[in-house]
Amino acid sequence: MIVANRKPFEEIIEMLKPYSKILLLGCNECVTVCATGGAKEVSVLASEIRLFRQKEGQPVEIKELTLERNCDTEYVESLKPAINDYEVAISMACGCGIQFVGEHYRDKLVLPAVDTTFYGVAEEQGVWTERCQGCGACVLDKTLGICPVTRCAKSIFNGPCGGSQGGKCEVNKETPCAWQLIVDRYKEMNMLEKYLEIQPMKNWSTSRDGGPRKRVREDLKL
Amino acid sequence: MRLSYPTNIKIVKVPCTGRVDIIHILKAFEGGADGVCLVGCLEGDCHYLRGNLRARKRVEHVKLLLEESGIGKERVAMHNLSSAQGQRFAEIAREMTEKIRALGPNPARKTG
Repeated sequence: MIVANRKPFEEIIEMLKPYSKILLLGCNECVTVCATGGAKEVSVLASEIRLFRQKEGQPVEIKELTLERNCDTEYVESLKPAINDYEVAISMACGCGIQFVGEHYRDKLVLPAVDTTFYGVAEEQGVWTERCQGCGACVLDKTLGICPVTRCAKSIFNGPCGGSQGGKCEVNKETPCAWQLIVDRYKEMNMLEKYLEIQPMKNWSTSRDGGPRKRVREDLKL
Repeated sequence: MRLSYPTNIKIVKVPCTGRVDIIHILKAFEGGADGVCLVGCLEGDCHYLRGNLRARKRVEHVKLLLEESGIGKERVAMHNLSSAQGQRFAEIAREMTEKIRALGPNPARKTG
């Protein structure tokens, strides 16, 4: 899932200062699962904003609306009847959703209420960790399911580096060294000989380095 | 046991404090409450095992939200009592009322 954090409240309040009729958007997908921007978090933020503005003597009207997805035209278009009744929209969807809503309603500002952070997993209730950076050329077959691009702070392909100590990364002593995990996994699977294969330099043009990416499936186009 | 406690306290019954969500507490303040006190079973005695422990965590989180929105974290509290502690309940109700009265009215209360 895409993981996000809610922006600091002061930042949100500052962005909304000039407005008194606000559309607060949520998303039923990733940000619901990571407990940042689903219907529940939308209702909590709306309540907080109303309390703050009421206290300041500048009451606001907030419409809470959580779309099934903010990254699909068919759902974004469903905002049409509501969005024009509000001066501004602020969204708790990920960065994709925030931009996509803005692209559909050019005369409205769509402000971000969250900082989108990473593609991750829910390691346990209330704990999310990063697993993928969408580099566009997966190597999980070579590293037996542990991503060196994401989980190694340096994204190196022939590790570990000198900063690996006691299985931890020098960047943070709570972060496991990805290459230690990979070597342990080679051992566990009786495939340690794979560690001897030197990986050539990665072609990063499939990643962000090659610019914004696009995927087209001609058979699906209408 | 004919105990009395301040009449300004409104009791909202829930099956377990674990049912109380963050939004319920915020809505109480939006509705004009000056303070909110959760009273759950004794820790370790939850019929649903962890309901009261989860409620306490939520209360701690709500305190942060109330600080952010300028309402103040002192206006929310949680206590753990057994059903045999009516005396203590009345005491807490009085203490909470005095504490909130000293803080003054909810600054977000709508006037007029």
